[in-house]
Amino acid sequence: MIQISPHAEAALTCTLDERSLYLRRLVLGSVRSAGRGHVGPALSLIEMVRVLYDDVLRIDPQNPQDPHRDRAILSKGHGCLALYALLADRGFFPLSELDGFCGSDSILGGHPEYGMVPGVEASTGALGHGLSIGVGLALAARMRDRSYRTFVLLGDGEINEGSVWEAAMGAAKHGLDNLVAMIDYNKLQSYGPTDYVLPLEPLADKWRSFGFAVQEVNGHDVSALRTVLKQVPAVPGKPTAVICHTVKGKGLPAAESNADWHHKNKLSDSELDAIRVAVGDF
Amino acid sequence: MRNTAMNMVHKLAARDERVLYIGSDPGAGTLRAMSKEFPKRHLIEGISEAHIIGMSAGLAMEGFVPYVNTIATFLTRRCYEQVAVDLCLHNLPVRLIANGGGLVYAPLGPTHQAIEDIAIMRALPNMTVICPCDADEAARMMERTLDWKGPIYIRLGKGGDAIVSKAEHGFEIGKAILMRPPGDVLMVTTGIMLQRALAAADLLAAQGIRAGILHMHTVKPLDTEALLQAIRGVKLLATLEEHVPSGGLGSAVAETLIDKLGSGLPAMLRLSLPDRFMHNYGSQDSLLKKHGLSAGAIATSIERTLAASPTPSPQLHST
Repeated sequence: MIQISPHAEAALTCTLDERSLYLRRLVLGSVRSAGRGHVGPALSLIEMVRVLYDDVLRIDPQNPQDPHRDRAILSKGHGCLALYALLADRGFFPLSELDGFCGSDSILGGHPEYGMVPGVEASTGALGHGLSIGVGLALAARMRDRSYRTFVLLGDGEINEGSVWEAAMGAAKHGLDNLVAMIDYNKLQSYGPTDYVLPLEPLADKWRSFGFAVQEVNGHDVSALRTVLKQVPAVPGKPTAVICHTVKGKGLPAAESNADWHHKNKLSDSELDAIRVAVGDF
Repeated sequence: MRNTAMNMVHKLAARDERVLYIGSDPGAGTLRAMSKEFPKRHLIEGISEAHIIGMSAGLAMEGFVPYVNTIATFLTRRCYEQVAVDLCLHNLPVRLIANGGGLVYAPLGPTHQAIEDIAIMRALPNMTVICPCDADEAARMMERTLDWKGPIYIRLGKGGDAIVSKAEHGFEIGKAILMRPPGDVLMVTTGIMLQRALAAADLLAAQGIRAGILHMHTVKPLDTEALLQAIRGVKLLATLEEHVPSGGLGSAVAETLIDKLGSGLPAMLRLSLPDRFMHNYGSQDSLLKKHGLSAGAIATSIERTLAASPTPSPQLHST
C-alpha cells in the first residue's frame, strides 16, 4: 500500500499560479496542434521543470553548450511537453516551434532528442537510461574539477527499471553529491496505479538505503521545490534524491489521476472547453 | 589478444588523458598497473552492464574516451538498448572491448558464447565492428581507436592465437587486408578465422586450387572496394566466420554484392556456425571443428563446392 504522505495530500489540493497555468496552456496547445501527446505525465512534471529552469539551473539559453552549465536530463522522456514549454519560454528556441510538435519537420518529437532540440542534454524515451548518463556527467565533473551539477528527472513508473537501481548504486559508490535525482511521484503509470503495477513503497527508504540523501516535497509547490532544490546536496558526499509528490494531469480536473489521460490522441471540443475553463484560453 | 588489448588501454591512457578503462567485474588484477598509475581513470563499476554503458555515454559526452570491458555476451545481449540508445543514437566514442568473441568460452556454455554479437552490433547505425585476428593486429587496431568518431565494438579472441598478421600491412579501420592474392577461390575472413583460412589455403594449394584470402577485420564499415576488387575472376567466394549464419560477415558480404552487382553475383559459400545455440562444451577449436570450421573442413567444403559450381558470371570478369 502507498503510504499517504502529507506532501501527496498537499499536491492534490494546492492551487496553481498564473505562470503554472501559462505553462499548461503551452503544453496543451502543443497537444491540440499535434492531435496527440503525453498529457498526464507532462502536467505532473511542470512545476519540477519550472523551478529547475527558472530558479536553479545555471544555464544560458544563448550558450546551451557552455561547458560550465548545469546539466538536466529528462529521463522520463515522455514528459517532454513540459520540458519543451520551459525551453521555449526561456528562449532556447522560438515558442512557435511548440505548434509543430510531432510534425514531420519539427525539432520537437514525442520524446526529446539530443542534437535536435537546443537545451536537451540527452535523447530519452526508452526508460531507465537517464540516471546512468547523469552519473557519467557528474563523475566527469568530479574528474575535470568542474562545478556544474547534474539533475535527472525520473518517472515513478520508470524506476521499475532495474538499470535505475544499478545507477543509484553507482552514484552512491562515487559519492556524487553533484547529482540530483528528482522523482515525479504521481503514483499513476500507464496501466494504472503504481502500487498495482509494481509497488514502490517504501520509496524514500529505498533511495536512502541505496545511499542517497532523500528529500520529499509537494511537487506542485513552487516555493517548496525552490527551497529543496537550492539546498542540494542535502548531505555532502551523497547524491540527493528529491521525491516530488505530484498529481498526474495536475491542473486539468478531467485528467487528474486519470490513466486515460496518460496519452491523448485527440482533444474533443468538449475537452478543449474543459481545458479553457481549467487553465484559461489558449 | 586480450592482454595485449588491455595493455594498450594503459598505453593509450598514458598518452591521452581522455582514456578511461571501465570494467564491470573483470578478473582479479586486470590492468593492475594502470590502476596504480591512473587510479582515477581505472574504474570497476560492478556487474551492472546497462548502467555502465549509460555512465560511459555520460563520460563520453564530457570528452572522455571510455574503453568498456567485459565478456562479449554481457556487453551485447544484456545492455543492447543502452548500446543502441546511449551510444549509437548519440554517436559517442565509447569502445566496447568484448572478451571471448565467438566460441572462446566454449566450456562455459551458451550463456557465454557470443555467436550472434556481430549481427546485433552491426545492425546498429553508427556502430563500428572490428574483429582482430591476433595479438599483434589487436595492438595496431587499438592505436586506431583513439580518435575514431562514434562507438566501436571490438570482438576479441582467446589469446595465444597464432600470430599471422603482418606489421607491413598496417591497420586502418574499415580497410580490409589482402593476405593472399585471389585465385580460383577467394576466402573472406574475420577474426581468428584467418588462421584457419591460411591453413585451408595451403591444403587447397596442395590440390592445385589457388585460394586468396581477404581479411575483413572490420565488418562494419565493410571495405566494399577491396571486396569488389578481390572477387574479380574468382570462381567461388567463400566467407568464413565464427558466428551464426544470420547477420554476420557472410550476410554483410552478400548484401554488399547484391547492392553493387545486382544479378551478377558470384558463386558463394557461406561457412559459419549453425543457427542454433551450442549445447556442446569442449574448446573453441573442438567446436569449430565440429561445425565444419577447421582448416581441413573448410578446404573440403570449398573443394566440393568449386567442383559443383557453374561458370562464373560475366560481371566477375569485368574490370
